[in-house]
This record gives sequence, structure tokens and C-alpha cells, in this order.
Amino acid sequence: MKAIRNFFEKTKPHVQKGGKYHWLHSTHDAFFTFAFVSKETSKSGTHIHDFIDLKRTMSIVVLALVPALLFGMYNVGYQHFGALGQLGTAGFWDMFLFGLLKVLPIVIVSYVVGLGIEFIFAQFRGHEVNEGFLVSGILIPLVMPVNTPLWMIAIAVAFSVIFGKEVFGGTGMNIWNPALVARAFLFFAYPGQMSGDAVWISASGVETMVDGFTGATPMAMAAAGNTDFNVWNAFIGLIPGSIGETSTVAILIGAVILLITGIGSWKIMLSTVLGGAAMGLLLNAFAGDNVYMALPFWQHLIIGGFAFGAIFMATDPVSAAQTEKGKWIYGFLIGIFAILIRVVNPAYPEGMMLAILLMNTFAPLIDHYVLEGNIKRRLKRAKVNA
Amino acid sequence: MENLINIFVKSIFIENMVFAYFLGMCSYLAVSKSVKTATGLGIAVIFVLAITLPVNYLLENYVLKEGALSWLGAGFADVDLSFLSFIMFIAVIASMVQLVEMIVEKFAPVLYTQLGIFLPLIAVNCAILGGSLFMQQKAFNNIAEATSYGLGSGIGWFLAIVGIAAIREKIQYSHVPAPLRGLGITFIVTGLMGLAFMGFMGIKL
Repeated sequence: MKAIRNFFEKTKPHVQKGGKYHWLHSTHDAFFTFAFVSKETSKSGTHIHDFIDLKRTMSIVVLALVPALLFGMYNVGYQHFGALGQLGTAGFWDMFLFGLLKVLPIVIVSYVVGLGIEFIFAQFRGHEVNEGFLVSGILIPLVMPVNTPLWMIAIAVAFSVIFGKEVFGGTGMNIWNPALVARAFLFFAYPGQMSGDAVWISASGVETMVDGFTGATPMAMAAAGNTDFNVWNAFIGLIPGSIGETSTVAILIGAVILLITGIGSWKIMLSTVLGGAAMGLLLNAFAGDNVYMALPFWQHLIIGGFAFGAIFMATDPVSAAQTEKGKWIYGFLIGIFAILIRVVNPAYPEGMMLAILLMNTFAPLIDHYVLEGNIKRRLKRAKVNA
Repeated sequence: MENLINIFVKSIFIENMVFAYFLGMCSYLAVSKSVKTATGLGIAVIFVLAITLPVNYLLENYVLKEGALSWLGAGFADVDLSFLSFIMFIAVIASMVQLVEMIVEKFAPVLYTQLGIFLPLIAVNCAILGGSLFMQQKAFNNIAEATSYGLGSGIGWFLAIVGIAAIREKIQYSHVPAPLRGLGITFIVTGLMGLAFMGFMGIKL
């Protein structure tokens, strides 16, 4: 610990104004505050500081994502050996190690590309390194199908960091969730590699699949008129899907962490689930002989990316609605649109990503009207008193 | 009735004038600096679209289309005036815009000065002429469908402009790179909004 501090102290003069490496000062600052709590105080403006700064907030979200990540790794292996028909012979560690080797490169590519761009922007624009990418960098691998080529991940990360975030001025300024921008970019730019039944299972180079094995996600099955998937497996997460989204259990562990620390908004989570359930019930009422519309509403909540989106994506404090009343409206509409697009739109098997992007678009408008409403109400009250 | 609702919903979300066809971009980009003026212009566009479409529908079916004049007598059965449709549609739109302008000037003078030149320019807003031409192309069965289409397209355009106005009000406080401030970032925002609206493409109603 002492040695690290000494290193930072020793290098500090070089990066200060007039020093040889002044252009690296934000990089120095970023690593220093990552390791230690800074003792510097502000000279103007706000003087009250909390120890839980942006870096620590982000670290807690990353921590909450770890269960989903670990389970995702295990599930990648489970699906792989399931496709080979070797579930009986492969042990737990076989599956986990296989998944680890598949998922780790994706995580590394995402972080290296994303943080690289962040650091370059910070140096050139002369501001401090923003730590927002700590979370986006782990969210992006978790929402990708495991078979996505690494160069696609790199392109998507570059697109989302530059056009989703840096053009707005970096962390805290973006309108759309960068991880979802990356996912939507890939989805529309390379539809062939991002949908269908083959992308969810890592079985490249394998010729001998078990008979009757398709690798279709429960949602693809339901869209094809077959809702006979194993509900328990869908809840635990042993189903094909994007790396981190399959296990509702692991996501719920993350949700508990977010709620206890108060970092995720319970209002958004609850209203998203309520919206999804309401839309599911409404579709049930009009189902007729359409089996997908007749799917019980609670099953909608555990298949696909609904749980993952509701807990980790919709609650992103930057791109979500920021007024308290606005959060209820925002979450509820996400739930409604997610289920609506999922069931009604034959072009897309999943609606969660697009529903959240759509409501990110309208979150500023919701906030605007909530604020206007508050102003009007208070004006009226002021007039009555006067 | 169900058909009317389908056309209405479709024209708001799936065939959104701005995000699906990129029509009416000039005023969409220029008047979206604040939600208040954007709301005013949006309502004006809804009004003009909802009035011009049924009027143009009647014009199309009783004057312009081939054989539309047959109600005058058997001799007119093969008269085809459809080459006049552009100029007729524009004339109707321009007179309706004049009407809107007078109403706004009388009842909301502040909004009138804020909108400035863009209010009379609704007459050449491509979303409005586009609405009439799509109506011609889609060959609606009756006037109610045309009205529903006009109202829906207007509301879709309204949603787009107030949405981007709220975003632009918010990013005033963002640290946008200097070369991108103003129109540059607005184009990027429009593109990303289009990405978000792509969720509705492909829905069959």
C-alpha cells in the first residue's frame, strides 16, 4: 500500500502543470483516485462530500452484476455440453471453465476498447477520466450472445462510447444507456450474426449435435407457437440466451445488493415489473388461439432479458427519468412496450432493449412535464396563500 | 372501427413521419430548441394535417382521380386530372396554413412571435405534403380513414419534435464537444432516436 502511494507521490510533479508529462495528468488522477480516497477539497461550489463517490457507486453495481456473470459463464458451458449431449459426463468445473474461456475474452475486449477511448478523450479534452465505463464495460458482454465475434464487440463498444456517451460530454451526460446502444447497434448492423437459433450456443467446430437439439430461446419457441419450455429452468437460468440475462435468480441477488445500498431505484424496478405484468394480463384477455399472447404474465418476467433489463438497464440513473413521479411513468411504460414489442412484433424476438431505448428517448420529456406540473401546482398554492 | 385505430396507431409509431420517412426535418431541427415552442408548432402541424387530409381526400376522389368527375355526367367519365394533384394539394395546404396563422396570431401572440417564419413555412413542410401524397398512394376507402391517418401522422410528428426538444433542453447542461454544439449534436440525437423507434418497425397491424 505504502509503495503504491509513494509511486503516485513521486510521479505527481511530472504530471502537474509545467511538468514533462502534463498531458497525462488525468490518467494519473484516475488511477490515484481509483486506489485511494483523494484528500483534495473543493475551492468553490459544493463543499459537502460523501465517501461514496462515483467510482465506489459504480463498483457496487459491478459487484451486483457478478452473480449474473458467474452464472452466465456456467450456463455457456452447460449449453455447450448440452448441445453435445454430454451433460451426464461433464462435471461442474468442466462447464464453468469452458464458459470462463469463452466469456473472459469478451469482457477483456469490452474493457480495453472502452476504457482506451475514455482515456484518449480525457487526455484530449482535458477533463478527468470518467468512471462510467466500469459498469457499461461489464454490461455490454452480459447482453451479447456468446457467439458474437470479438471484432464486433470492439466495434459496438467503440460506437456506443463515442456516439452514445462522449459526444454528449461523457459520464452523466448521455441520453441513452451506452450498453443498450451497443446492443442495438450490433442488432441492426449485423442482424444475421445477432439473432436466430445458432448464436446462443457456443458449439463452433462441432459437427455432431444431439438429434432434435435446436438452441432456440424460450422466446423464439413461443413466437413459433410452442410455449412448452421448462419454467423452472428458465427461472434458474439453464436456457439459451445472452450471457448474463438467463438466470432470474442471479439477477435477483444483484437486485438485492442494489436495493440495500440504495443505488438502484426500487420505483423503476417495481413499476417496470408492474407494467410488464399489466401488459401480459391485457394480452391474455385478447389472446384467442394465439399461444404466445396466452402465455401467463409471470412467465414473461422470467424469460429473455426482461428481468435483466428491469434491474440493471432501466435503473441507470443517468438515462432514466429523474423526477420521482417520472420514474413511475417511465418504468411502467418500459414494461408495457417490452411485452408489446416482444409479442406483437414478429421482426424482433425480444423487446426489452428497444423498450428501454425508447423510454430513454422520452425520459427528458416525462421529466419536463412532471416539473411543469409541480411548478403549476405550487403557483396555485402560492396564490391561495397570498 | 378497428381499421381506423390500426391506421391511427400505425401512423404514430410504425410509420412515424420523422423516424421512418425523415420528412419535415427542417422545422423539426430548427424549432426544437425549447419544449414550449416545439409544442406549439407540433400542435399546428397536427391541426393542418388533420384538416388538409380529408379535404385533399375529397379533392382526390371527386375531382382529380381518373373517372372521379363522372358525377358531373357521363361525358366526364374518362377525364384524368391527376397531373394537377401536386398543385391542388399545395393550394389547399397553403390556405389551411394561412388559417392556422391567423388563429395563432389572434389567440397566442407570444407563440406567434416565437415560431416566426416557421409558421408560414408549414405550408412547405414536407411532412404535410407527404401526408397527402401517402394518402393518394395508400388509396384509403373512406374519408374517416384519411382523417385518422392525418391525425396520427400529426401526433407522430408532434411526439418526435417535443421529444427532441426535451432532450435538447437537457443537453444544454452537457459538456458537448465544441464543434458538435447546436445542429451537429441534434443530428446525432435524431439518429439515435431513430434507432430507438426501430423497435416498432415490422409490426403488422
